[in-house]
Amino acid sequence: MAVATREQAPAAADRGVWSWITTVDHKRIGIMYAVAAFIFFLVGGFEALLIRTQLAGPNGTVLSAEAYNQIFTMHGLTMVFAVIMPIAAAFQNYFVPLQIGARDVAFPRINAFAFWLFFFSALFLYTSFLFGGAPDGAWVGYAPLSTQLTEYVRMDYYSVGAQLLGVASLAGSINFIATIFTMRAPGMSLMRMPVFVWMTVVTSFLLILSLPVIGVGLWQLLFDRNFGTLFYAAQAQGDPLLWQHLFWIFGHPEVYVLILPAMGIVSEILPVMSRKPLFGYAFVVFSGIAIGFLGFGVWAHHMFTAGLGPVAEAGFGLATMLIAIPTGVKIFNWIGTTWGGRLKLTTPMLFSLGFISMFVIGGLSGVTHSIVPADTQQHDSYYIVAHFHYVLFGGAVLGYMAGAYYWFPKWTGKMLSETIGKWHFWITLIGFNLTFAPQHILGLDGMPRRTYRYDAGLGWDGWNLMSTIGSYLIAVGVLVFIWNIIRSWRNGEPAGNDPWDGRTLEWTTSSPPPVHNFDEVPVVHHVDDFWYRKYGIDEDGRAVKMPEVSGGALTVDTDTGGEDGDADAHDIHMPSPSYFPIIASAGVVILGAGLVFISSGAIGFGLLALGAIVSLWGFMGWAGEPITKEAH
Amino acid sequence: MATATHAHPTAKTYWLIALFLGIVTAIEVTVPYIDALDPIRAVLLILLGSAKFAVVVAVFMHLRYDLKAYRFYFLIGLAGATVVFAVVLASFRAF
Amino acid sequence: MVSEGAVVDHDFEDTGNPIHRVRKTAMWAFLGSEAFFFGAMISTFLLYRNTIGDGPGAEIFNIPFTSASSFVLLMSSLTMVLADNSFQKGDQRQGRVWLIGTALLGTTFLAGQIFEFTEFVHEGLTISTSPFGSSFYMLTGFHGLHVAVGVLLLSMLVFFSLRGRYSPDGGMNVELVALYWHFVDIVWIVIFTVVYLLQI
Repeated sequence: MAVATREQAPAAADRGVWSWITTVDHKRIGIMYAVAAFIFFLVGGFEALLIRTQLAGPNGTVLSAEAYNQIFTMHGLTMVFAVIMPIAAAFQNYFVPLQIGARDVAFPRINAFAFWLFFFSALFLYTSFLFGGAPDGAWVGYAPLSTQLTEYVRMDYYSVGAQLLGVASLAGSINFIATIFTMRAPGMSLMRMPVFVWMTVVTSFLLILSLPVIGVGLWQLLFDRNFGTLFYAAQAQGDPLLWQHLFWIFGHPEVYVLILPAMGIVSEILPVMSRKPLFGYAFVVFSGIAIGFLGFGVWAHHMFTAGLGPVAEAGFGLATMLIAIPTGVKIFNWIGTTWGGRLKLTTPMLFSLGFISMFVIGGLSGVTHSIVPADTQQHDSYYIVAHFHYVLFGGAVLGYMAGAYYWFPKWTGKMLSETIGKWHFWITLIGFNLTFAPQHILGLDGMPRRTYRYDAGLGWDGWNLMSTIGSYLIAVGVLVFIWNIIRSWRNGEPAGNDPWDGRTLEWTTSSPPPVHNFDEVPVVHHVDDFWYRKYGIDEDGRAVKMPEVSGGALTVDTDTGGEDGDADAHDIHMPSPSYFPIIASAGVVILGAGLVFISSGAIGFGLLALGAIVSLWGFMGWAGEPITKEAH
Repeated sequence: MATATHAHPTAKTYWLIALFLGIVTAIEVTVPYIDALDPIRAVLLILLGSAKFAVVVAVFMHLRYDLKAYRFYFLIGLAGATVVFAVVLASFRAF
Repeated sequence: MVSEGAVVDHDFEDTGNPIHRVRKTAMWAFLGSEAFFFGAMISTFLLYRNTIGDGPGAEIFNIPFTSASSFVLLMSSLTMVLADNSFQKGDQRQGRVWLIGTALLGTTFLAGQIFEFTEFVHEGLTISTSPFGSSFYMLTGFHGLHVAVGVLLLSMLVFFSLRGRYSPDGGMNVELVALYWHFVDIVWIVIFTVVYLLQI
């Protein structure tokens, strides 16, 4: 399909597996990110259930120590790299171009490449269970444990897998930066962008600046394990502490990478559901940027027990306290947004409110880590596990669930069921608190994390059982969610263009949007521009719905949208599908597999050679292929 | 082409810059061999290297003439990396 | 791809073709990212600069030789910028000469690096001699890899231009490759100062 006009957009070639494999449409790529992330969410969740089943009572026998180490490591890697990062990428891919009034991202083929590289790399990481054993050194991969050579290649998988996932994320982030800074609709100045777009900017910068650091660390790990370098070899005066620095210079910005897009989503939902503008837009934006900057200055608070010395510990402790300020600013802005609003307690709103309250708990336990002596007690205990699950599940996952309920109508044209959605929310919220609240107490009672069993009589039994019951309740919540998706997809209520009385540009186009997003590129005059097209303000300062929604300068697509709308749509050049990105990404992952097995001789070199050929084929074909092919 | 509308330097400027780079490199190489300069050797070498770095970025990479936004994208990485790794090395007492 | 009607960032002055702006924004952001990549490796080297174990240390550096290869790389930046200049004026014929010159200078630098590595190995410095050796080879090796990728990109540009398939609006663009090439050069300026001159 060379030229997508509204007349010829949904040609037969746009359906079927091949069209998805070769697609460069940011919306389809967004959906693929979402589906992949959800599948890995189920896998990572299954691993969590295995962990909780093992720990349900003292001296658990479900998993061996060896299996347990692999399962909790893969649980962490999966949830961070294959669930939360890609689900954020899913929303960003789908909605950033729509919210800034663009027709696609800046580099559609790099976008496709980034998705396939993520997907293949995550699958590749799971092939470790079949060949040579899964990583077992925790997602932090601390040296010298991770550099110890055994008969298995476990941590080589970790090194290469995380490296590849990082490259995928890097490509995606550069794409977003170029898109947001250069492709906004006329009038969409930076301070008129939706907060979700702003958080995407901050996240993308955090990623492009932090991923190369762990990239270097992962290479050093791989070289230490396979080529005899001595970066982390204490016996040769190498310093394992270097790994901790390189890991956490990435690792701490990474936690903001996981949470900031969720904060952006919540900042979109709260104004819509409160029927008020976001309270203190500029404060929310700048506090997000401040979190980004400060996020680069607090990495060593993960290393307070490593003996950095009092000056460094005091400095990093203070910086950690400081970061609570912009975070607190955001929370007060969200509360201010709901204050006095006519709230619509819909499912996305419930998840957003759940996000705020759970994130406050996780944030407060986070502040306790900035007190160095207290942190020394909490370090590597279940208190830490409780803390980061409150921010990552109670925060990030609830935030993305809110986004899923909010934007599902735009994806599919159908509403998710509100009744089932509320069941989903309450089961998840109760299950979540039942799982992780007791872990605070377990941690303070001295239960270490990453332990595969514990003795009876330590006072841990009851709390652990409670936690395990909670985790199964979360699983029930997930099943309810799946049921909601299937049921609503089949016969959900039709959504229309603007089911929530939205404020941002994605609601001006049809649900789902046409391949070119907007028939006319919108011209933007305000923050929440779409709201100002629908409402005027009377003498008392109250919002009044304007009588004629579809008139005048509006570009609201009031008909059903899609192929058979009005005839004045002019030709819009969309990039052609291409199969080179998927080939190139497959080649890169095969190269990675070669690196994992490089110490095994022929297999490793064979894979390297194959990977080099395939990726060269992909990249060369890509370089020689025009973006928009002429019609034939 | 539109990018040429701004006052981009001419080929002559490029040759002069290259001459400058060559001379600075020659000075750099001599500095370690002059014992009298030993007390300020490190500072001098860092200054000379920075001069080369700045000239290439400003003129050859057109950062002086191009959009200000590009400076931001690049300098945020450059300055960020400098500060972050200075802190890392300081915490190792590596200076 | 850029949709018509989009773009125009009012916060910054508007210069140039939108397509070039999109690509250059991406390239500069990528180079900012690379600053952290090389920053991490340079820091590793600085951390281990005196950790030489039983092996040789910085005294094995051959400053006159490295100065010569540094000079070669610096001059390749000159030929690169002249190539860019020619292409901007639409003179692809002249531009190709400069591109080939740049690629040859880059190859010379790589040959010098291979020679240097061979010498060092003969003098007893390998990646597993000491953390100093590991970090030296990793840093200069990854830089060399970047040079090699640059030579590949230059060759592709020459190839596309010869076949008449070069377009300034295409994905393979002299201006972008030039930015990358100059960046690789400035990284070497830092390495030459920090790794070589400051350590002898």
